[in-house]
Amino acid sequence: MKLVTEKRPMTSRLFRFSAPIVSILVALFVAGFLLLAAGVNPAQAYLEMLQESLGSTYGLSETLVKTTPLIFASLGVSLAFRMQLWNIGAEGQIYMGACGATAVALFSGIESHFLMITAMFLAAFLFGGLWAGVAGVLRARWQVNEVIVTLLMNYIAILGVDYLIYGPWKDPKGFNFPLTAQFSEAARLTEFFDTRFHSGFFLALFCALIMYLFMERTVWGYEIKVIGNNPKAARYAGMRTGLAIFFVLFLSGAIAGIAGFSEVAGLQHRLQHGISPGYGYTAIIIAWLAKRSAIGVVIVSFLMGVLLVGGDSLQLSWQLPVAFVYAFQGLILFFLLASDFFVHNRLKLVRGEHHA
Amino acid sequence: MSNLLQIKNIRKTFPGVVALDDVSLSIAPGEIHTLLGENGAGKSTLMNVLTGLYRPDRGDILFDGSPVQLSSPRDSLALGIGMVHQHFMLVPAHTVFENILLALEGVPNLYSRRKYKQRVQQVLDDFALDLDLDAPVWKLSIGAQQWIELIKLLVRDCRLLILDEPTAVLTPQESARLFQVLTKLRDQGKSILFISHKMREVMEISDRVTVLKKGCSLITLARGEYDENRLASLMIGEDQIPMWIKPACKYEELALEIKNLSARNDRGLADLDNFTMKLYRGQILGVAGVAGNGQKALAEVLTGLKEASSGRIFAEGKDITNSTAKNSYIAGIAHIPEDRKSIGIAPDMTVGDNLIMKNFASHAFRRWIFQDRAAIRKNATAKIVQFSIKAGPDDNPVRYLSGGNIQKVIIARELSEKPSVLVALYPTRGLDIGSAEYVHKVVIDGANQGMSTILISEDLDELLKLSDDIVVMFRGRLVGCVNPQTTTREEIGLLMSGEVQI
Repeated sequence: MKLVTEKRPMTSRLFRFSAPIVSILVALFVAGFLLLAAGVNPAQAYLEMLQESLGSTYGLSETLVKTTPLIFASLGVSLAFRMQLWNIGAEGQIYMGACGATAVALFSGIESHFLMITAMFLAAFLFGGLWAGVAGVLRARWQVNEVIVTLLMNYIAILGVDYLIYGPWKDPKGFNFPLTAQFSEAARLTEFFDTRFHSGFFLALFCALIMYLFMERTVWGYEIKVIGNNPKAARYAGMRTGLAIFFVLFLSGAIAGIAGFSEVAGLQHRLQHGISPGYGYTAIIIAWLAKRSAIGVVIVSFLMGVLLVGGDSLQLSWQLPVAFVYAFQGLILFFLLASDFFVHNRLKLVRGEHHA
Repeated sequence: MSNLLQIKNIRKTFPGVVALDDVSLSIAPGEIHTLLGENGAGKSTLMNVLTGLYRPDRGDILFDGSPVQLSSPRDSLALGIGMVHQHFMLVPAHTVFENILLALEGVPNLYSRRKYKQRVQQVLDDFALDLDLDAPVWKLSIGAQQWIELIKLLVRDCRLLILDEPTAVLTPQESARLFQVLTKLRDQGKSILFISHKMREVMEISDRVTVLKKGCSLITLARGEYDENRLASLMIGEDQIPMWIKPACKYEELALEIKNLSARNDRGLADLDNFTMKLYRGQILGVAGVAGNGQKALAEVLTGLKEASSGRIFAEGKDITNSTAKNSYIAGIAHIPEDRKSIGIAPDMTVGDNLIMKNFASHAFRRWIFQDRAAIRKNATAKIVQFSIKAGPDDNPVRYLSGGNIQKVIIARELSEKPSVLVALYPTRGLDIGSAEYVHKVVIDGANQGMSTILISEDLDELLKLSDDIVVMFRGRLVGCVNPQTTTREEIGLLMSGEVQI
């Protein structure tokens, strides 16, 4: 007797949709043992997580605050993934976007709120785009692997921003902390309900809608899908693949860059050390789980927001170490990815004599 | 006589498709058994069942009289079922010997090179094959590479050899050599399952023929019970094989002229060497030659996918030597590529999306920056009817279609802009008679309307039947031009082998 895997000939709609839910439940179950081992009642802990992340205005607002940059970054990453371009550099592009927006906020002196926000947005778009565009040029011209370039440029971006906030851009009145001066009122996004929830979230939803239309309805989206599906066929059909590579990587970085804009203009109101706690890397996982669809990105980003906020609450109220939160997130991702495998494959016990 | 392999009532379905409905077949020891069938009849699926890649939903497979389960290629190989695929599974940078060694099981980590080499050499000597064991595979001709695949099965001592269209890449002389070896293998008691579309070969070599149609084994005929007409009509299910009437070319207007064209491949060797030819309006120019003698480069240079290192190309007087693929398409050259699955289609996209790949940006299919989905669907429906493509449901990805239907999608797309020149590379390779006839009809219809075709093919019957003139390529050079009315296959064969020039 042996265990073999084989491809499922077809998967029902119900199964495809229920698989991720079941896998999250399984993850919760397994994580429950970890909680028990730490002397915490799992049921209570989960209830608290839900309450903290969804059950109050404050909790929900915090969840959406975390969801916002995740949506931007994941949209950017998934756009590149659509063309089989592996942009691992969303983290760096977020930092560059934040850097561009900050430069405008601090030094442009624009007083109109609308003009200021627009200028900051464009600067973030351009900075993020050009940052990823470097990888685009290298890849299109000389076949340099974009994974390496985008990944390594993360370090340059993060350390570059550090240089600015420890050095020339440091707030003279900031007691020597590594952060810039606060932005003027004109350079801040609107906040709602007396919470940290800001209009960046709506911008993210709008962005997802645009992305959906772009990919599914426009001529460019079609071109990107053809190139992503079979670059040889695209070249044979006369498409200019080199240009498309640059364009898509630029756009991918630009959208990730908007996450940086939304973080400094909506949340921090200044550029500071550690502006993104790894949103750019989480975005890679989100893009993957969302199967690169714009709508999927919004849903998975929200789920990830719940996890982040709920995880924080576990740390605060049960004094669980941060390592537990990571383990918990890891388990959920692990089971989600595994469920994806089982949606497409099944295990089978093969009995009897085998001639192998 | 007891059968080596017997399959009974095999059924295999894929989502929405019954690939094999009810197939039964038996192969005796020491028999050459040919499998005939249209594309989509289920030949490939059956091969994949026998080599353990697919598992049937129903039915039994008996080997040596006892039922077996083939759940991986390893199981099949363990039983002694080996296959030479159409696409070779070789490591190009390794030597012939190293590639053959890969096929052997139980080679110890520290093996005696001499001992194994002797064993392989023994097989070569048995069949009087001349192959340099120390040559790297990439240096060898396609024909020689196929020998390696066959030898791999012989050193494993396979009892059932499956050959999927093995003569597609051979000259007539090489094919004859292969048949000698296959006959000898049969006489030694090996069983051979042979897949071919070339009637001449089927007639020559088969002991028995099984005709497959729409996933069912229709009939098995022994030698003497069949002739070409009977087999062809069984396959396509019509008694009449349509004959298309071709107008003779008038040689008046020049459509395309190539002057002293040279091109190099990735290794810097000459793919095209001082190649010169003329193509007239309405002419069907056949290009014969063993695969890998520059035909692909010729097509790629003509369609702008490859740059010529010297020489000029004129289309209706316009110099298009180094334009991009798109510009030359506008200049009126359509291209049916050699490797349809790898460069002809975007496999995961729908038939409709694939049909507009060349003119997706045209105003017929878009409104401002948005695609006109309704127009794309309408175009797809029209083309599916016009070219009788079996496309399945609307959102079916193209990769679910059979080879013949994929080829039809490509042809439909390429001809949709009414090109003045068509460059067709092996357009009927791997197609069944019905689909191949359809391609021939398209080419002849085109010629009737003034389209010129460069028909690159390895099927001499096809070239002789369709072409106004046949040129022969050898190592990137044009070594001869013959008239299909007066030439012989022997003459073309000799030209193809490079032994003579005209």
